[in-house]
Amino acid sequence: MRLAMAYVHDRELAEDVVQEAWLTMIRTLERFEGRSSLKTWISGIVINLARARRRKESRVVALTTFLGDFAGRRRPTVDPARFGADGAWLEKPRSWDNVPESTLLAKETMATIRSAIDDLPAKHREVILLRDVAQLDAAEVARTLGISAENQRVRLHRARATVRRKLEEYLA
Amino acid sequence: MKCREMVELMTDYLEGNLAASERTRFEEHIAGCDGCRAYLEQMRKMVGVLGRLTDDQIPPAVRDQLLDAFRDWKRRAAGP
Repeated sequence: MRLAMAYVHDRELAEDVVQEAWLTMIRTLERFEGRSSLKTWISGIVINLARARRRKESRVVALTTFLGDFAGRRRPTVDPARFGADGAWLEKPRSWDNVPESTLLAKETMATIRSAIDDLPAKHREVILLRDVAQLDAAEVARTLGISAENQRVRLHRARATVRRKLEEYLA
Repeated sequence: MKCREMVELMTDYLEGNLAASERTRFEEHIAGCDGCRAYLEQMRKMVGVLGRLTDDQIPPAVRDQLLDAFRDWKRRAAGP
């Protein structure tokens, strides 16, 4: 449910997609009862939404996305200024060992993460939502989004790196 | 392996995508580098938190739209 809503939020096509999400949930409610896990059920809904979204995408968008991934593979995910000429950390990341779990799971922290995800480019956002929030496995994510395993890896990496950076700034 | 290169391998390491030799080099570096060890732990913790994002993080406006759509759907389902 939260994923379906995340998609709705992302796409600003709220009414149509929300309707679709509900219809799908209602339609599949019988199948859900008893037989499949909640996670599988939710994932199915998200998969439907994701596929619908991809159908609407033009080839031009797909090509741009592809080129973007190609370029993205080489672009660093951590500000180069954080490393010295020798490639070592200038200022090391701080351990979060003394950040209490209650802080990590606090509403404000969650909201920070949520908004970091919302700010991601759509192609990164959908990957991190499916892989880390819905916890589909990598192959399922690639299949669902119709992207290669390699693109899935690149997008997940960039998405995680960005969310980590924002969380680091928040916890600093 | 340099720290600058290490950070780009973090996801592949966590996802189990590194070849055995690369994995060994990665782990050797981690063993001797506080900064990269902290970075890896941050990634692990963040991914853990992502799995626990809850429904109350959904913006109220989106939730309202969802509820409206549901009411609308019920009305139409009840119609002719």
